[in-house]
Parts: sequence; C-alpha cells; structure tokens
Amino acid sequence: MAPVFFFLAALGALSGAIGVVMLRNPFYSVLALVFHLISLAALFLLLRAEFVAAAQVIVYAGAVMVLYVFVVAYVGSGEELTSGGGLRVLGPVFALVLAIELCIAMLGSALKGISGKGAPYIPGFGSPRHIGTLFLTKYLFPFEVASLLLLVAAIGAVVLARRRRGLEADPEYQARLHKPVSHLAGSMAESVGARRDR
Amino acid sequence: MAIGWYLVVSALIFVIGAAGVLTRRNPLVILLCLELMLNAANLALVAFARLHGREDGQIFALIVLVVAACEVTVGLGLIVAMYRRGLPIDVDELNELNG
Repeated sequence: MAPVFFFLAALGALSGAIGVVMLRNPFYSVLALVFHLISLAALFLLLRAEFVAAAQVIVYAGAVMVLYVFVVAYVGSGEELTSGGGLRVLGPVFALVLAIELCIAMLGSALKGISGKGAPYIPGFGSPRHIGTLFLTKYLFPFEVASLLLLVAAIGAVVLARRRRGLEADPEYQARLHKPVSHLAGSMAESVGARRDR
Repeated sequence: MAIGWYLVVSALIFVIGAAGVLTRRNPLVILLCLELMLNAANLALVAFARLHGREDGQIFALIVLVVAACEVTVGLGLIVAMYRRGLPIDVDELNELNG
C-alpha cells in the first residue's frame, strides 16, 4: 500500500511544482503551491515525520499561503509579459542538466543506504514529544535563534511595508505643497474675516 | 519504498524550482519558486532522518520552515513597498538600487 501512496503523493508534489512554474497568473501559482505543499505533507507522513507534516500544513498551507493570497490580491495578478532574453532559453537547459546530474548522482551511486527502507521504525519516531524534547535539550540554541529570527522578520516586514511620507509620489500631498497662497494668509485680518483674498 | 526514490523526487522538485527562479519575471512567483527549492531540501532532510532512524533531520527541516517563513515575510514586504511606490513588479525592470 505504501508504494501506491508514495506515487500518488509524489505525482501531486511534482505536478504542483510544475504548476507553480508554468501557470501565467500568480494567483493560480499560489494555489498550485498549496496543492504541492499538501502532497509534500503526505510524503512527510510516509517518512514517519508526523510533526513536520502537521507543521507544514498548518504553518505553510495555512498561514504563509494566506499571506501570499492577500499580497497577490493587493498587488494585482497581472499577466506576465514574456521576453526573449538569453536567460529564458538558458534557464530550462541549466535545469535539465542539473536534473540529469542529480539523478545520476543518486540512482547511479553505489550507496547501500538509499536503496534500503531505512532504519527500523521505533514507535514514537517523529512524534511531537520526541521533537519537543530534542528542541529543548540538544537543539535549544537553534530554537532560540529561530525565535529571534522570526521577531526580526516580523519587525522588518512592518518597517518595509509601512506607509512612508515623502518617499511615495502622492499627488494630493504634492498639490497641497504647491498651492498658491495670498500674502495675507495666516494673518489676523484673514482670521477675523475682515479681509479675504480676491 | 526505498529512500532513494524520495531523494529523486526531492531533486526533481529542486530543479523545477531552480528553473522557475531563472525563467520567471514576477518577484511573487520567484518567491514561490524559492519555496519549492526549500521544500525540496526539507524532503531530503526528512528522508535522511528516516534513513538513519534519528530525528535530527526533522529538527533541521523545522528550522528551514522557520527561515522560509521569515524570507516570505520580508520578500512580500518588499513587494508591497515596490507596489506602493509605483514601481513595476518585474525583476527585469528593477535593475538599479535607488532609495
């Protein structure tokens, strides 16, 4: 049964990945990535990584993709112009060469380990309990660094995306700056209404 | 299933992501393709964790997940800032650093 699930999930992950690259509309690319991530979570489950699979679905397919959808909706998913630059041709060629090289490296290698099914399964492998124990003992420092990184990224995003006066070309603000004013503007005569300019 | 097949899937996803980064022009889609590459690395890490029967690889995968989330946040912030300033959302057009 496991091979069937593996091929279904692998097919889903690969088709989702191709969809991300091929679809012209960024909105559909985001939806293809959601499909890819869910298929990838199924592959993680087959590899007995329950917690990673759950985190993948909740954090990625849930939170990060919602952020993407909002930004695509805000920026507008305009159709992309295709150009005939040199990189448009060289990119796929480079990717194909890399794919062939990686497949030769893995399938043609004499490594005994990767043709086996891996270490015998111990109950509890990849469960939140084990992962949490590792995070709070052996990998405590990376855990804390990751939390600091999240804080820095959150503050950085707010600073980057906030509305800044002076940087953007706001026509209303510009018009207000160059409005012609009479020489009596701001004087007491104007404020009491005794003298209006023309 | 042999672990090698998971590695092959991971390699293919990585290559598709690399091709996308090289060929697409919309920075939003380039970010999505970077996600693909990071996910391919994640799949390889989890596969090796299974191979050795230790959970350290899964810890690495979770850290990669965190780094990817940070990268997305900052990248999307940059794109929103570009849009606010009326710049074209196209990496070929944006070829100079200009505060």
